[in-house]
Amino acid sequence: MPEPILSIRGMDAHYGDFQALYGVDMTLAEGEVIAIIGANGAGKTTLMRSISGLTQNSSDQIYFRGQPIGALRADQVSGLGIALVPEGRQLFPSLSVEENLQIGGRLMRKGPWSLDKIYKLFPVLEERRRVPSTSLSGGQQQMVAIGRALMANPDLILFDEISLGLAPVIIKSIYAALPGIVGTGMSAMIVEQDVSKALSVSNRLYCLQEGRIALTGYAGKVPREAIIAAYFGVK
Amino acid sequence: MDWVNAAVQGMLLGGLYALFAAGLSLIFGVMRLVNIAHGDLIVLASYLGLTVVWALDVHPLAALLIVVPIMALLGYVLQRVVLNQTLGDDLLPPLLVTFGLSVIIQNLLLQGYTADPQKLNAGSIETASVAVGSLQLGLLPLLTFVTAIVVIAGLQWMFYCTELGRGFRAVSDNQEIAQLMGLNRRHVFGLAMALALGVTAIAGIFLGIRTSFDPAAGAGRLIFGFEAVIIGGLGNLWGTLAGGVILGIAQTLGAKIDPGYQLLAGHIAFLIVLAVRPQGLFPRVSG
Repeated sequence: MPEPILSIRGMDAHYGDFQALYGVDMTLAEGEVIAIIGANGAGKTTLMRSISGLTQNSSDQIYFRGQPIGALRADQVSGLGIALVPEGRQLFPSLSVEENLQIGGRLMRKGPWSLDKIYKLFPVLEERRRVPSTSLSGGQQQMVAIGRALMANPDLILFDEISLGLAPVIIKSIYAALPGIVGTGMSAMIVEQDVSKALSVSNRLYCLQEGRIALTGYAGKVPREAIIAAYFGVK
Repeated sequence: MDWVNAAVQGMLLGGLYALFAAGLSLIFGVMRLVNIAHGDLIVLASYLGLTVVWALDVHPLAALLIVVPIMALLGYVLQRVVLNQTLGDDLLPPLLVTFGLSVIIQNLLLQGYTADPQKLNAGSIETASVAVGSLQLGLLPLLTFVTAIVVIAGLQWMFYCTELGRGFRAVSDNQEIAQLMGLNRRHVFGLAMALALGVTAIAGIFLGIRTSFDPAAGAGRLIFGFEAVIIGGLGNLWGTLAGGVILGIAQTLGAKIDPGYQLLAGHIAFLIVLAVRPQGLFPRVSG
């Protein structure tokens, strides 16, 4: 069996005295897309922060292409080819749309994504490339956040709450773009509250509940009742 | 005509104040660090210039070629080794540490160079003047003013047209997300301090040519720098130049009324701006 691109082994995560994750085990194969679902406070964002290096863990709890990365800083993790689309977009307000995209590509990793490709994926961004990123609508800002992560040409892209706070029509267009993104061969983890949307683009799912993995399985094969039970913690 | 002359001289003096303020503005803008030792670092650069002039027997302006890189290197090391450890949500630790740094620099200078006032001798350039209409403008103040414009234009270009500047702005906006772009904020802060102390070196050399200095001269330069930054508006480099000019004009007009009013007039102008427009005259407009 080939080495997974990402392997998480018994990961705990803490914020001071509060423990947010308990012994999480997870693997992600090359080119695979997995959905991370769970209610508020289940530990989804902590998982994303841990993988991307924003929250540091023990070095032997997260492996990327066989290399322990748990104790690395975010700038070191990003250099290895992991990009995060953070919850709430979090664009740089003093940078224009184009500058936000350019800074995503500052590490100059080789790959299929370039400024032109991002503008092809989201044409509205090219029209508005000179304006401050904060003057965009929420949906357009999410496009910039996705484009910024893609500009890094990552091998693994993490989407944290990809549709949170967006209008349904915008969510639809972003999900329409996702197959074109992950179709380029990169692996992806999608954190999402909208379970059916997440499963529509994923190979597998992990359901987190109060910091523990409550359910895992192949999308489409896990019964709806099992997902509901794991999501809400119903026995 | 005397009043016009005083105002023009004040405008040129403002160039020096803008040089004092530019480094202060830059590091506050990038890392929200208020550097109490800024004035002492300016004076340190003056003394470094003095040492280079003594050792190599060169013109003080030529000493810039050595003093600027030394100060920039000092800035990077100081930031990485000391100041980065103080940065966080609390503004107090960097204030206290830079205050301590100010005391250390003053005492080291006192130990090394004594309390005697020193001056950098730039020769005939100090007294040369050019006629503009009926006004006689000193070549040195004119050169200082032009240098300030060039420095601020350079910083502005660097901030808005280069990848390094983009990195500075990104880290200033959101340190955590900037890390996701592969930016090591500690290194970026080090580069910002290096740049700021490079500018400080220029300010120190021009200060040393214009006037005598001693180890305790830093506090006054710090206040002028702060006042120029606040008058111009935080985070706006051209505003900093305007702040320096307004401060300079207020001082020379005050001195015209009575020589004892020079500093007072500058402080009053600063207080008026602070009372009427606390955000400064030209605050940065953010998206």
